[in-house]
Amino acid sequence: MLGPIIETFIGGLLTGILYSLVALGFVLIFKASGVFNFAQGAMVLFAALSLARLSEVMPLYIALPLTIAIMVALAYAIEFLVLRPLINQEGIILFMATLGVANFLDGFGQTVWGSDIYKIDLGMPKNPIFIFESVFPGGLLIDPSELIAAVICAVLVVVLAIFFQVTRVGRALRAVADDHQAAQSVGIPLNQIWLMVWAVAGIVALVAGMMWGAKLGVQFSLALVALKALPVLILGGFTSIPGAIIGGLIIGAGEKLAEVILGPVLIRAFDLAGGGIENWFAYVLALMFLLVRPQGLFGEKIIERV
Amino acid sequence: MTAHSTEQQREAAATPPPATVAMDRAQAAPAPAAASILALNNIEVVYNRVVLVLKGVSLSVPKGQIVALLGANGAGKSTTLKAISNLLHAERGEVTKGSILFDGNEVHNLSPNELVRRGCIQVMEGRHCFGHLTIEENLLTGAYTRADGKAAIKRDMELVFSYFPKLAERKNALAGYTSGGEQQMCAVGRALMSRPKMILLDEPSMGLAPQIVEEIFEIVKDLNDKEGVSFLLAEQNTNMALRFARYGYILENGRVVMDGDAKSLSENEDVKEFYLGISGGRRKSFREGKNYRRRKRWLA
Repeated sequence: MLGPIIETFIGGLLTGILYSLVALGFVLIFKASGVFNFAQGAMVLFAALSLARLSEVMPLYIALPLTIAIMVALAYAIEFLVLRPLINQEGIILFMATLGVANFLDGFGQTVWGSDIYKIDLGMPKNPIFIFESVFPGGLLIDPSELIAAVICAVLVVVLAIFFQVTRVGRALRAVADDHQAAQSVGIPLNQIWLMVWAVAGIVALVAGMMWGAKLGVQFSLALVALKALPVLILGGFTSIPGAIIGGLIIGAGEKLAEVILGPVLIRAFDLAGGGIENWFAYVLALMFLLVRPQGLFGEKIIERV
Repeated sequence: MTAHSTEQQREAAATPPPATVAMDRAQAAPAPAAASILALNNIEVVYNRVVLVLKGVSLSVPKGQIVALLGANGAGKSTTLKAISNLLHAERGEVTKGSILFDGNEVHNLSPNELVRRGCIQVMEGRHCFGHLTIEENLLTGAYTRADGKAAIKRDMELVFSYFPKLAERKNALAGYTSGGEQQMCAVGRALMSRPKMILLDEPSMGLAPQIVEEIFEIVKDLNDKEGVSFLLAEQNTNMALRFARYGYILENGRVVMDGDAKSLSENEDVKEFYLGISGGRRKSFREGKNYRRRKRWLA
């Protein structure tokens, strides 16, 4: 019994890392501009679509930099057309604007690249690895592509954390997040900062899209993965990069374990059909967190002087 | 009615304004531009393309001086400062007329960051520290535009700490948790970190205890004396501002209605009436003061 549970747990953690990658894009933009970027999911889809279609006609090592260029150009377009005219507006107005961007990108991606299911082949090993065969009968099954995703994610997080905490630009990003106008008054150029952060978020979206795409195939439902990032953010805190990672891990592992452990209990106790727990568990967890600790596990405390 | 007529008599009997006070800006030439670090020439500011807020403001700040910009709420003090520092754009405001010269160059189309680079920085009304950054990090953001290396920035940090010893004590505290006075010091210190030639200081006394206000003004004076930083100081606390400034302009309804050196302004009968609430050597009741002001404004 213990073997499968540990296996589920590890599988959940590795899926969770992928949630974290999506959540990371949200956190970056939220930290720097105070905007909840609803378009992050659409950016993941757009990046994955671009990469999938480009890699059909050229080798991956050319398609990848080209997709990065596309994401940077996209960031530039969003900054110029959407954010710049709305500078210093209420958060909710910017949020609505990103909602528009999300819908546009969903459609536009299909207009440009088509709406079938496409493949991304990263050439990662597909064969599952078995570990601890001596401890558990049959060993534990691990998907190596998820393991690689986890490593990439970890590297990305460390780099970003250092960038935000230590560098001059990172500090400026945090300052902008706190107070646009004050940041402007001390000479921090808002437009450049936003351009930078949307470009970075675009690249993070590309990494997430690449990993998810390789796992599930590139299709419209990829944009919906972003919805899973919401409970991750509520759990980890909207402003914390480590929070996005830990939140992703908790949600990923939690929902898989709930399916395996809670499912049979519900079936037995209430004579329910069971199943589907994976779909709602994350949201219930997020709701409970909202009640108890609204800033999330690692979010910035809401500063209020009395 | 009787109150009204005594008012008129008093006005008629009031001593004529000193020679340095120019009542009509349209005719008075702006102060000589040669030695001035900042010169505004007849600027007009429009918000949302319809609301005319500044109706032709001219003023100049001589190099190395503190100049006060006085006036009641809504007179246009903050708008004037934001017009200079180019922060208006974010509030849908626009300079539609006139010219702004900083250090001899037209700056009216520059971005705020370019202006900071050239040495003109604003400390906004209400302090606006970055609440989630520590005091030290706040100060460092002030040095964003500088490219002269870490050592120089570190030196200036020490300089700021020597002027504001309180900030040194609290340098690792999140700015959001510090007191109002500390936040104001942080805001001024942050501006200093950009090595400015001139600071546009908007209402530093806002919401602070008189002692703290006094302390901050003393430091401003000190910075002006020792570091040679020029200040354009927008204040409602007329009394305090005129004690520390050398020259003053009084704004009303988006126009400069009076200017002169600080001493003559604080002795001027009208200023006493309107802004200091004293006349004939005694403090007037609020009711009287208002009445008088309303009539006077209509005349102006």
